[in-house]
Amino acid sequence: MSFFNKIAGGKKKSAQSAKERLQLVLTHDRTDLTPAELEALKDELIEVISQHIEIDPDAVHIDIAREGRSQRLIADIPLRSTSRRRAR
Amino acid sequence: MSAQIVTITSGKGGVGKTTAIASLGIALAGRGQRVVCIDGDIGLRNLDVIMGLENRIVYDIVDVVEGRCRLRQAMIRDKRLPELFLIPAAQTRDKTALSPSDMMRLCDELRDICDWVLIDSPAGIERGFKNSIAAADQVIVLTNPEISAVRDADRVIGILEAEEKGSPSLILNRVNQEMVNKQEMLSPEDVLDLLAIDLIGVVPEDQAVLVAANRGTPIALDKDSRAGQAFRNIAARLMGEEVPFMDLENQGGLWNRISKMTGRRG
Repeated sequence: MSFFNKIAGGKKKSAQSAKERLQLVLTHDRTDLTPAELEALKDELIEVISQHIEIDPDAVHIDIAREGRSQRLIADIPLRSTSRRRAR
Repeated sequence: MSAQIVTITSGKGGVGKTTAIASLGIALAGRGQRVVCIDGDIGLRNLDVIMGLENRIVYDIVDVVEGRCRLRQAMIRDKRLPELFLIPAAQTRDKTALSPSDMMRLCDELRDICDWVLIDSPAGIERGFKNSIAAADQVIVLTNPEISAVRDADRVIGILEAEEKGSPSLILNRVNQEMVNKQEMLSPEDVLDLLAIDLIGVVPEDQAVLVAANRGTPIALDKDSRAGQAFRNIAARLMGEEVPFMDLENQGGLWNRISKMTGRRG
């Protein structure tokens, strides 16, 4: 929805809703991965990575991106700075 | 002769596969090609009525496979275009009466006697679908700009990729440009972005399609129909011609006149 629509309180057009809903559903159909399974994967990733390097678990973001017909698992894992680690 | 074998499939039923097969058959035969259309929907045949050949069926595809007749005897010649043939599905049998290897054998035999074999796949992703894609050199996925049809098309594309059938091409059927303009229908761009395969045709919604079905005269025979023109364009693209995609804006509308003045093409 555009900024103008938002401030005008306009309702999102149905084609836009259909596209957004399809983007999500196709990602799940293609990967056979439910949102709950993705969440479980995220928790396990945090656990494994934390054994090697200190990360900020609350800021970890994991998502599936589409590129044409292929899917890509994108994990954004912010590290805690070394200076903060030394200070502790 | 070595025929190109093309299967049209969709996942979801009722999106226009049979209409497309009948019209592509007519359009290719109209260009001097020898075409055999096969109804792959055993037990729920319909290509015969869409082509207007239902009264001439003696043998069907299962009769050929089970040896009750020769291949030539099951090929019904279209009277309008003598180079167009239909092999009907069996109506009183089910999908298990045919196997993928039966289809391979049948199509191998057809390869030598025609230029094109067009196979109308049944809806779904089970046996009938597997039979229909077994022999295909090229698969076309057909969908509507409806959320359920696009989702099912994506499933089918995934299965075709997994079966190493190569990337299929897309026909987007029943596009209502007025609704697209109001942003109440997925646009061809939206559908292409979601499905990410090559586009071979966009067919506008056209009431003449239902009228043509009522009469058993495939829409490609109607020179005035926009949908008919879209199918004739797809046939030309199948033959390797570069045909620009149709301008779906209402003809004679203001935007269309501006487009024409500025040379914009849809």
